[in-house]
Amino acid sequence: MSEISGDMPLRDSDYIAGIKHIAPLLVAMVPISLVFGGLAAQKGLSPLEVGLMSAVVFAGGSQFVAIDFWASPVPWAAIILSALLVNVRHILMSASLGLKTRHMGWGKQMIAYMFLADEIWALSEHRGRKQHLSFAFYMGLVTPFYLNWVLMTAIGALLGKMFVDLDPAQYGLDFAFPAIFIGLIVGFWKGKSTAMVLAASGAAAILTKTYVDGAWYIAAGAVAGMLVGAFTADPEEYKGALDRG
Amino acid sequence: MAEVFSVDPMVLATILGMGLVTYFTRVAGLVIVRFFTIEGRARAALEAVPAAVLMAVIAPTILATGPAESLAALITLLVAFRLPLWAVVVVGVISVVVLRSLFGLI
Repeated sequence: MSEISGDMPLRDSDYIAGIKHIAPLLVAMVPISLVFGGLAAQKGLSPLEVGLMSAVVFAGGSQFVAIDFWASPVPWAAIILSALLVNVRHILMSASLGLKTRHMGWGKQMIAYMFLADEIWALSEHRGRKQHLSFAFYMGLVTPFYLNWVLMTAIGALLGKMFVDLDPAQYGLDFAFPAIFIGLIVGFWKGKSTAMVLAASGAAAILTKTYVDGAWYIAAGAVAGMLVGAFTADPEEYKGALDRG
Repeated sequence: MAEVFSVDPMVLATILGMGLVTYFTRVAGLVIVRFFTIEGRARAALEAVPAAVLMAVIAPTILATGPAESLAALITLLVAFRLPLWAVVVVGVISVVVLRSLFGLI
């Protein structure tokens, strides 16, 4: 895969290199983690439950959506379904990164991919493009990022408990979700084709939400966007694209 | 402080369910590229998934809530092309607070 692997650094230093690469993102994630914990506490989750969710799910987007839907009694089916729909993108991410991690073998890949968050994926793709992507480097990215998310969301919930009367909307904190998602959408921006996908998805989602109860509007928007993506594409452009990595 | 460590069984089950489906999505791609070749329109459809899903989630908030939310979303979109994610969130939150109070005054 990579010619540089002949002169591959020691495993320990690869691990440290991973930590160094993720460091700037750790600082950026602190306020988002605290906001998540605070919002979850507003919906009645205990700090331990928030920490457990972050530890088990470790996928910010779907966790924010889950908290958005959270109610008593817990609408578990809608929440689990929306987690699946929001995280469908992981299938593509792991398909693409999978071409760069085959050398790890199934066992290590099954562990590594438990932690495939957007940021971990992006930095791993970047590393794999230029040099050997080792398991040690990957876990160097994962370790501090994972601990940061689990601890900071739990602390956010703990602080949230101190301000039970806080109305998130008053401080615009409810808008943190859409703002994060807008930022992520821009990361996937590829020009006019993306604009058409977004228009179809948005229209289908709003139409569905108006007439159907529950989280179905997410599925409706996803399907509408995929259909537009499929039919506006030039199929030639996508021939064997997966083998490029 | 007991409630800090309280865990409701239903909440725990929901969290485990979320974790299970999320892990499935994380390894499904690995298996797919190992055994199938995806190209043409099927691949274009899959590539549209991230943007389509994210948009579907936020559409009701940014397009069908009110002018403050829609304008704040537009401002957020514009800065998202230049700023890192954490700064995008700060700009989004501040814009919606300012716009809500402005529209509240009118």
